[in-house]
Amino acid sequence: MSHSLAARLEKEDEVSVADCYQCGKCTAGCPAAEDMDVAPSQVVRLLQTESPKHEERALKSMAIWMCIGCETCVTRCPQEVDLPRTMDFLRQESLARNLANQDADDVVAFHKSFLKSVEKAGRLFEFGMVGDYKLRTGHLFKDLGIAPTMFFKGKLGLLPHGGANKREVAEIFARARAAKKESQT
Amino acid sequence: MSSLKVGYYPGCSLVGSSRDFAESLHAVAEALSIELCEIPEWNCCGASSGHMIDHLVSIALPINVLLKARKAGMEQVMAPCASCYNRLATASHEVATSAKTRQQVEEVLQTKIDKLPKVMNVIELLAQVADSIGPKVTKKFEQTVACYYGCLLVRPAKVTGFDKTEDPVEMDKLVAAVGGKPIDWNFKTECCGASFSISRTCVVGRLGAKIMKDAIDRKAEAIVVACPMCHSNLDLRRGEVNRHMEKATDVPVLFITQVIGLALGIPEKKLGLARHFVPVKFPAKPVATQVVQ
Repeated sequence: MSHSLAARLEKEDEVSVADCYQCGKCTAGCPAAEDMDVAPSQVVRLLQTESPKHEERALKSMAIWMCIGCETCVTRCPQEVDLPRTMDFLRQESLARNLANQDADDVVAFHKSFLKSVEKAGRLFEFGMVGDYKLRTGHLFKDLGIAPTMFFKGKLGLLPHGGANKREVAEIFARARAAKKESQT
Repeated sequence: MSSLKVGYYPGCSLVGSSRDFAESLHAVAEALSIELCEIPEWNCCGASSGHMIDHLVSIALPINVLLKARKAGMEQVMAPCASCYNRLATASHEVATSAKTRQQVEEVLQTKIDKLPKVMNVIELLAQVADSIGPKVTKKFEQTVACYYGCLLVRPAKVTGFDKTEDPVEMDKLVAAVGGKPIDWNFKTECCGASFSISRTCVVGRLGAKIMKDAIDRKAEAIVVACPMCHSNLDLRRGEVNRHMEKATDVPVLFITQVIGLALGIPEKKLGLARHFVPVKFPAKPVATQVVQ
């Protein structure tokens, strides 16, 4: 039996979208709302109906990728509906079902490049991360203008940072991946 | 004066693109007799990308850091980066309030999660020694400044428990303690676009322009921050911000540690000021800088 996203969100993340009475305060204060195809309060509404069609609309939306995670919405929500957590849940579900909006490819690529860098070195290696991002997106020439200044001002290291326990961090990623796989089966 | 000893989590930004924050923090800590004990073998907290696309990893990474701190005998950990601070605090809060998450993270880390160290940000640390800063000021920081807190120091309140969520004042107090004049303004806790710096630079430009405009309209001569992302989005990305403002602006952005460092008479080089994209220069004052006896 398949469960609605709202039901799973309640079970897995203890977020109840049913608590939302659509006052729109989240949308009013959202710094990214103008970049979204579906407003934050509407994303919640799409989940409230529990209709697979609406859920798919939320999962395919640009909105979930334009959310910056600034936490303004949940801070101001009269019902304390954890919308940032809901967005995290939707992003992960969207990737798992391969439904991520193609216009968000670069946003997704950035997050993937970031975590890949951390998984590999235990700490973020900014130069390597940006290189990986460029390869994923094809944005080869972006930011080349500021790179030399960053380098001369000592803000761009060309070598990864040592110091973390690489093997330990790689194992954390591997075990988290295995746990996720197990919960899906 | 007895020295204050605290666990220290630098985070990736402070060893990378925000070395100026680290340099000024260390210089100020030394001047104020604060001993920063770096967590051995610390790892990345996962930052925004972690919680956005991998929830379990985003909790497990910070808890791993806090467990290392605990093992090293630290009872409190200071994370200067607002994002790191937020992720460490969020992870602590989640394992404390959700038995399910705690169990999942224990499985991933293959260890029991016992008592964790308390997490604090750099403003909380400096506030603890605020009384000792005033007497050490040799060169008042006499600028009118906009203290910009951003998102992650204050939100969500139930996780950070820091200051007033919509109108924080702790950084304003520190600036005032070294002679600065903090302004009352509207964008103290508005978002700068954070991790969109690379993937959606235009968003950073648009949001940064709103922040800069209000600060400049209210006559701020500098913007003071306590977050590497706020700094980089308003300083390193100033070109994009200026494009959205449709004018060239030259108001510098300083870390709170640089402001205090300048007032304590620490040389600019030790504070990393030369690393900024927007030069740290202030309008000439009618009266020369005074030396406090």
